[in-house]
Amino acid sequence: MSAATVPAAAAEAGCIARLAGVTYAIGGRKVFDGLDIEIARGKITAIMGPSGTGKTTLLRLITGQIRPSSGRIEVDGADLGRLDTDGLYRLRQRMGMLFQNGALLTDLDVFENVAFPLREHTDLPESLVARVVLMKLQAVGLRGAARLMPSELSGGMARRVALARAIVMDPKLLIYDEPFAGLDPIAMGVVLRLIRNTNDALGLTSIVVSHDVQEIGILADTAYLLSAGKVAAAGSPAQLAADPAPVVRQFMSGEADGPVPFHYPAPDYEAQLLGTEVPA
Amino acid sequence: MSLVAELAGSGRELAQKWGRFTLFTARLCAVTPRALLRPSLLVEQLHNSGAQSLVIIMLSGLFVGMVLGLQGFDLLRRFGSTESLGSAVALGLLRELGPVVTALLFAGRAGTALTSEIGLMSATDQLSAMEMMAVDPVRRVCAPRFIGGVVAMPLLAAIFSMTGIFGGQLVGVTLMGVDAGQFWSQMRGAVELRDITEGVIKSGAFGLACSAIAVYEGYHAVPTADGVGRATTRTVVISSVAVLVLDYMLTAVLL
Repeated sequence: MSAATVPAAAAEAGCIARLAGVTYAIGGRKVFDGLDIEIARGKITAIMGPSGTGKTTLLRLITGQIRPSSGRIEVDGADLGRLDTDGLYRLRQRMGMLFQNGALLTDLDVFENVAFPLREHTDLPESLVARVVLMKLQAVGLRGAARLMPSELSGGMARRVALARAIVMDPKLLIYDEPFAGLDPIAMGVVLRLIRNTNDALGLTSIVVSHDVQEIGILADTAYLLSAGKVAAAGSPAQLAADPAPVVRQFMSGEADGPVPFHYPAPDYEAQLLGTEVPA
Repeated sequence: MSLVAELAGSGRELAQKWGRFTLFTARLCAVTPRALLRPSLLVEQLHNSGAQSLVIIMLSGLFVGMVLGLQGFDLLRRFGSTESLGSAVALGLLRELGPVVTALLFAGRAGTALTSEIGLMSATDQLSAMEMMAVDPVRRVCAPRFIGGVVAMPLLAAIFSMTGIFGGQLVGVTLMGVDAGQFWSQMRGAVELRDITEGVIKSGAFGLACSAIAVYEGYHAVPTADGVGRATTRTVVISSVAVLVLDYMLTAVLL
């Protein structure tokens, strides 16, 4: 599948988010150069790519934390470039984001962390807040941990609490930043199942940023592979696995060397060893 | 030429920092009315910045007052007017030492705590998570801490001066034998309302400056261990200098 091709499923089901010709540069370096991505409504879309390709930067663009140098980003019908801060915050109430480390508020216990968005955005009575929070904690299997502090949780538990917090306002779009990083196989399996179940049971749309090829193969309906600031490939995980392009093949099969070089650019090895040149 | 360019660069950088600080403080002030609607958050921060600084403030106040008592007694004895010790101690504390030393101690204890707490929240994505939950971290995190500091400072300065006067009395009356009646009546006669007002105005201004600096440095800290450490150091240094500069300016205006 060609780099800029939009998956057919996306077009059919309608898009909840669309990036068109997005360019983003920081410190004179172009992170993205004419990026086109469409996120299909109701599906799980994976954003993949080697470290340093700007996967997290892409999430920050979609959530409006940073603005593109050029191009257009639409999320749930809103053009992010035209939104003021209040508009952006209203849009974010329809989005949930799960950070890589959970980003739980360390001075609040698990219950209060999950209740946080409800307390900030609603005037629900305490009894109703408690019921909603307990239901969400039950969904992630941590109702019994309601009174634990974040420091008492394992990495997998922290991510499950963060997931409960992300869905407590019943968002339309849920974004996961490296949800499998640093988890043991059991915790990884739990998080994997939770992402799938949450997406299907609540009728959400999910964007998962990850470089775990196997997990994405099981989880995602559609995947985009980023490389050198562009979409290198897009399609179902099976289509990506069969893609003959060298950069795709290197990533999907985990080859150490290839279009993404093993060595960081350096002066001539022999000259450096035999000469007196010392790395600056 | 390069020195001139370097100086120009430093000047430009300083102006940019000052501009950023001014804008941030204006934003803090703008969200303050909404932050006041959450009194539970303010009480919590008043406890963190104020109540938790009480021991160090009272202990320091006591010893500063005792030193004032000793030095004052020695000085006044040369002029044969040791009965004025009460007024000397009280005026020194209420107008100058109370607000200034309290502010310096506040910057060291509460200011660093504010900076490191907010800096670590930033480093662990807690502030970004709040933004993603459509919650403005400046309103939810920074403003209550700022208001807590502003309210706490005059109260702490008053407690500092009170314990200081007690320390001065302890040394002057109990140890040096100054007549208790003269000590208190001289103080009562010499201290006017404007002396107390001057102390309150100064400590209010120091509270504004120290809290704004601490919160600003924490919010803009580079989100790494090194970055938070540097921001904490900057809080102490900048706050201390700001307090002394402001003290001179306010003294000149209020005298």
